[in-house]
Amino acid sequence: MARFAAKHCAFLLLTLSVVSFLVFALNEFSPGAVARKELGAYATQEQVELLTRQLGLDRPLLVRYADYVGKVARGDLGYSARFKAPVTGVIWKHLRNTGLLAALAFACIVPFSMLLGIAAGMRESSRLDRAILIFSTVMASIPEFALGVFLASVFVVWLGWLPGTATLVAGGGWSVGAQLVLPVAVVVLFDSGYVISMIRASMVEVMQRPYIRTAVLKGLPFRAVILRHAVRNAMITPITVILLQINYLVAGVVVVETVFAYPGFGRMMLEAALFKDIALVEAGALVAVSLAVVTNILGDAAYMLLDPRIRA
Amino acid sequence: MPPTPATAEALAVPSPAAARRRARGWWRRLAAVGDSTPATVGVAVILFWLAMAALAPVVAPYAPNATDLAALAHTTPSKAHWLGTDHLGRDLLSRILWGARPVLVIAPLAVLGATALGCLLGLAAGYKGGWIDLVVTRACDIVLSFPVIILYMIILTHFGSSAWNIVGVLTLTKAPIIARIVRGLTLDLREREYVTAAKMRGESALYIMFVEILPNARGPLIVDMCLRTGYNIIIIGVLGFLGIGLPPPDPDWGGMVKDTYGMMMVWPHMALVPCAAISSLVVGFNLLAVGLREIGLRD
Repeated sequence: MARFAAKHCAFLLLTLSVVSFLVFALNEFSPGAVARKELGAYATQEQVELLTRQLGLDRPLLVRYADYVGKVARGDLGYSARFKAPVTGVIWKHLRNTGLLAALAFACIVPFSMLLGIAAGMRESSRLDRAILIFSTVMASIPEFALGVFLASVFVVWLGWLPGTATLVAGGGWSVGAQLVLPVAVVVLFDSGYVISMIRASMVEVMQRPYIRTAVLKGLPFRAVILRHAVRNAMITPITVILLQINYLVAGVVVVETVFAYPGFGRMMLEAALFKDIALVEAGALVAVSLAVVTNILGDAAYMLLDPRIRA
Repeated sequence: MPPTPATAEALAVPSPAAARRRARGWWRRLAAVGDSTPATVGVAVILFWLAMAALAPVVAPYAPNATDLAALAHTTPSKAHWLGTDHLGRDLLSRILWGARPVLVIAPLAVLGATALGCLLGLAAGYKGGWIDLVVTRACDIVLSFPVIILYMIILTHFGSSAWNIVGVLTLTKAPIIARIVRGLTLDLREREYVTAAKMRGESALYIMFVEILPNARGPLIVDMCLRTGYNIIIIGVLGFLGIGLPPPDPDWGGMVKDTYGMMMVWPHMALVPCAAISSLVVGFNLLAVGLREIGLRD
C-alpha cells in the first residue's frame, strides 16, 4: 500500500510540474506579453519595457518559472484580470458551483447506468439488450450542446415547464432547483451512454463465466444469480470508469455550463482563456489536472480494494 | 470461412488469383456489414453526408454566405428556404450542406494523424520496451490525465483557431489513446511464432513492427477509428459552439448553434437544424462502430 501511494504521488508531482511548466511557457514565453496585457493596447513600447523590468519579467524563463512555483507553493496564485479578484477566491467560487452540478449528475448517473447496463448485459443479444445498446449509443453520439438545444426546445420553448438558463440566482419566477433540472439532465444523458456500455460489456463477460452456469444449474432463481453472483463481479471494471467520470464532470461540463449560462469552473476557464487572463488560466489548469490525477488514483485504489487478485 | 485450395499458383507471389481472392475477402467483409442492422444504418448515414458534402456546390440552393434580406421577415421554413434562414437571412439548408465539408475533412484527417502517430509510439514502446516504453507511457499518461477540453481552450486561444490547428490538437491529444491500445496489442503479438520466424530470417525491427505486427492489430484499431471519428466530429462541433472553432463566416455546424441558440425562444429552428445535422452524423459513425464490433464477435 505504501508503494502504491508513493508511486502515485510521484506521478501526480511529475504531471503537475510538466503541465504547469508547459502552460507557463506557452503563456509567458515572450517577455513583453504579460506587461502588454496589463497595460493594454495603447501603451508605448517604453512603458511596456519599464513594467517588464519592474515585474522582473526580463529574466530567463526558467528563473521566472522557479519564482512562480515558489509563489504557488506558498498558496499565492495571483490576481485575475478578468474577474478583478484574487485567483484563489475566483476558482473556489466557480469550482463550488460545478461541484454542485457534478454531484447531482453523479448521483443520477450511477444508479441510472447501473440499472440499464445490468439489464442489458444479463441476457446478451436479447431484445432488451439491443434496445438499451441503441439507446446508449445514440445518447453518447449527440453532442452536449445539441442535447441541450433539443431538451430546451421541448421543455423551455414548447412546454414552458423549465427555465432556459441556470444562473443560480433565483429570479424570473424560477427557483434554483428548477434551473438545475436541464443542465443535470443533459450531463446525465450524455455521460451515462458511455457508462452504460462499459457496465454492459463487463456484465456480458461475467455472465459467460463457469460460476454463473453453476449457480443456474444448481437451481438458484435467476434474480439471485444476477444480484448475488453476477453484479458484484461485473462492477469491478466499471467502477474505475465511473470514478473517471468525476474528472469529466468537473472539467468537461464547460459546454453544458455555456449552454445554460451556469457560473461554473469550465465556463470560467473558457472566459479566462478567451480574455487571456494568464494567472487564472495557469491556476485553473493546475486545479483541473490535480483533480484528474487524484480521481485516477481513487479509481486505481477502488479497483485494488474490490479485486483481491491484484492486491498483491 | 471456406477452405481455399492451396495450389502452386496460390503460392506464387503476385498471382492474379491471389489478388482476386483478396478482393473476395474484402467483398465478403463488406457484405458482412449488410448483415448487421446498426452497421447498415451507420454506413447509410455516413454515405448520405459524404454525398451531400461532395455535391454541396451542385445541390445547395444558395451560396453559403449569401444573405436574403427579404427572408428576414419570415425566417421560418418556406418554399424559398426549405429549412428557413438564420438571423442574417442566410439559407440554412445551404449552410448545413456546405458545413458538412470541413467536418468530414478535419475529423478523418485528425483520426488518420492520431492513428499514425499512435501506432508509431505504441509499436516502438511495445516492441522495444526499456526506456522508450517508459518515456512513451509516461508521456501518454500525462496527456491523458489532462482534461482535453481545457487543453483545447488554452492551445487554440493562444495559437488562434484554424483548420490545421484543430487537426493538430486533435492529433496530439488522441494519439496517446491509440498508442496505449497498440502497445497492449504489440506486447501480446510480439510473442507469436511468426514474429520469432521473422526474427530468425533476420528481418529488421522496422519490418517486424510494420509488416508482421501492425497488420495483425488492425481489428481493434478499425473499430476504434470509427468511434474516434465520431468523437472528433463532436469535438469540432463543441469547439465551434464555444467560439474557438473554425473562424466565421463560412458555415460550421457548431458555430451556427453558437450564433443562434440565444434566439431559441423566438426562432428555435435556427439552432435545431445544425444540432440535428451533427447529431445524425455522429450517430452514423457510432452505429457503424457498434455494428463492426458485432460482426467481429460473430466471426
